[in-house]
Amino acid sequence: MLQITNLHATADGREILKGLDLSVSAGEVHAIMGPNGSGKSTLAQILAGHPVYIVTEGLVTFEGRDLLDMEPEERAQAGLFLAFQYPVSIRGITNAYFLRAGVNAIRKSQGLPELDPLDFLDVLQEKLKVIGWDDSFLNRPVNDGFSGGEKKRNEILQMAVLEPRLAVLDETDSGLDIDALKTVAAAVNKLRAPERATIVVTHYQRLLNYIIPDVVHVLVDGRIARSGSKELALELEARGYDWIKPEADVA
Amino acid sequence: MTSTSSIEAQVLQPYKYGFVTDIESELAPAGLNEDIIRLISEKKGEPTWMLDWRLKAYQQWTGMTEPKWANVKYGPIDYQAIHYYAAPKQQKKLGSLDEVDPKLLETFEKLGIPISEQKRLSGVAVDAVFDSVSVATTFKETLAAAGVIFLPISEAIREHPDLVRRWLGSVVPHNDNFFAALNSAVFTDGSFAYIPKGVLCPLELSTYFRINAQATGQFERTLIVADEGSYVSYLEGCSAPSRDENQLHAAVVELVALDDATIKYSTIQNWYPGDEHGKGGIYNFVTKRGKCAGKSSKISWTQVETGSAITWKYPGCILQGDDSVGEFYSVAVTSRRQQADTGTKMIHIGKNTKSTIVSKGISADRGQNTYRGLVKIMKGAEGARNYSQCDSMLIGDKCGAHTFPYIDVRNSSAIMEHEASTSKIGEDQIFYLRQRGLKAEDAVSMVVAGFCKDVFRELPMEFAVEAQNLLSISLEGSVG
Ligand SMILES: Nc1ncnc2c1ncn2[C@@H]1O[C@H](COP(=O)(O)OP(=O)(O)OP(=O)(O)O)[C@@H](O)[C@H]1O
Ligand SMILES: [Mg+2]
Repeated sequence: MLQITNLHATADGREILKGLDLSVSAGEVHAIMGPNGSGKSTLAQILAGHPVYIVTEGLVTFEGRDLLDMEPEERAQAGLFLAFQYPVSIRGITNAYFLRAGVNAIRKSQGLPELDPLDFLDVLQEKLKVIGWDDSFLNRPVNDGFSGGEKKRNEILQMAVLEPRLAVLDETDSGLDIDALKTVAAAVNKLRAPERATIVVTHYQRLLNYIIPDVVHVLVDGRIARSGSKELALELEARGYDWIKPEADVA
Repeated sequence: MTSTSSIEAQVLQPYKYGFVTDIESELAPAGLNEDIIRLISEKKGEPTWMLDWRLKAYQQWTGMTEPKWANVKYGPIDYQAIHYYAAPKQQKKLGSLDEVDPKLLETFEKLGIPISEQKRLSGVAVDAVFDSVSVATTFKETLAAAGVIFLPISEAIREHPDLVRRWLGSVVPHNDNFFAALNSAVFTDGSFAYIPKGVLCPLELSTYFRINAQATGQFERTLIVADEGSYVSYLEGCSAPSRDENQLHAAVVELVALDDATIKYSTIQNWYPGDEHGKGGIYNFVTKRGKCAGKSSKISWTQVETGSAITWKYPGCILQGDDSVGEFYSVAVTSRRQQADTGTKMIHIGKNTKSTIVSKGISADRGQNTYRGLVKIMKGAEGARNYSQCDSMLIGDKCGAHTFPYIDVRNSSAIMEHEASTSKIGEDQIFYLRQRGLKAEDAVSMVVAGFCKDVFRELPMEFAVEAQNLLSISLEGSVG
């Protein structure tokens, strides 16, 4: 589904990703862990097409298409979703309106009829239950005045509504209380299907008790330094990152 | 990714209303002198007092100079090169709308203002003004049944001379300023509305102004009087063909609200803005003022300004009656090479008077946007309050936003609150929306619509949608 080969990227003239390889197949959940500043969010943002990051080398294909050649909205329309580490707020636009605009933009690109507000409300009601929210969040401006945890939950609500083929969750578990964490995990698990995949970026093994990953990767200094099974996360929890040397040094 | 990181102004979509109606018009010779004024007055069949008032204004105007304090730049205007009267031929008295030249009906239909009996907007009475004359007014009977007078001002001068004479110039005197004096001398048409005591006007009143003829100016005059305890909501719209020359539009609007009366005045201004090099476009030099003459009266201005090459406009309120309320809600968009210097004046005279100012300026491409506001609290205005909020949004880095709030407080009991902000349209916001599947343009529209929400919600329902569409069109292509 997703194939990343030798990805190099810079921001502000600084090299952040230094030859990253990653392959995710449909039906899988991959966890990416790694020290602060190692490039996890950068990777997530590049997949989504943030214009601040410049890819200097490498290739990314998504379902056979050259991802790097697609506009951010084309990627979204192709089924790529990013739950942001720091979701922004949008004044004056209600959450419900925003969600419907996203759904309809994607439907339109697929040649499907747009949903009117009433039809959409039915869809929303069901998704709200998944994340344990009431209607009140629908009429508030997007993320405006939301607490840190509420913003994260709102990302998950969006994911649940958009039902992406590939979801990238960037530290969605940070700042969540334990109940919210379970809710988020349940929402992710609900989307697990043979035709979908998920990448979860996290610092905590705890999340992986609820979202069981097929593969765990450790990103150090712009490269995947090690990949393993879910036990790798436990080992990292116990030992930290110091024992992992970037593969380049080993080679 | 093809584009770089900046959200930049690029090619702009052509102005949608720039077509010309091919219709024969009757033009007064170019230039301004007493004879031209006599001609206009005669064309309109005016009584002598009206002509005398015009001539008085003209006398004063000849001794005045064009104001230069606004933060706008433009070449000299040759007042002798302008035609001060232009009317589509076929101006015999019209018995019904069916007799209106189909070309004119078609013009307004194309502008989204259907006026024929079958198609007219429900719930809105429209006065359609084409160059110097009003061509049609809809729903006259419904309004008459409620006792509401809604007429082209030229007819009102003939049919309700006492009312017009009593209030004309009572808020904006004939010598108020250079452009107002010019208007007083040569105004050709516009609307007059009178809402009698205790009447809640059953329809929205609306005037649509269309400039068509070349080398003409449009000088319309609008006068609205809301008698005690009455209510009216009025909407003004406008557009003009795309021409390479600049055309002058110098209007005057006067509002009077007596005891407990409310006037809500909304404008959607979409005059031709000129092309992306700054060629052509309307010079929109307008004086708009309302007087809350009675106690507990209220005047609320809402404006969405997307057009014109230059806008010079400060709708204000004189809060004379005790407990009266003035409001100003404004969205001003400048793109291409447009320049806007706009804002409001709130003059607090009565006790416990309140004013609210919410101004949203959006600059894109090479647009320059200035907010200029005055809040004046007079000595006797015990307990006056003002709340002002001025927000500016920049799209791209070649545009500009400027804010000049003037405050003059002469009564120490006044409570003043002022908030201001300037922000660049957030690249992260746009990216967030695009990540959810929205096209870049739609993402910009959404962020801008959110920014303008406090103003849009003041517009009558039917027009809020139009305003939002207009805004999307004005900003189309302003993202790279
Ligand atoms: N837009 C940018 N401009 C300049 N430097 C950047 C930019 N974005 C990221 N960086 C730098 O790149 C490095 C990687 O940042 P990134 O956000 O990808 O780290 P991370 O692995 O997600 O860290 P954390 O675990 O703290 O979220 C950091 O040193 C960061 O300062
Ligand atoms: Mg991060």
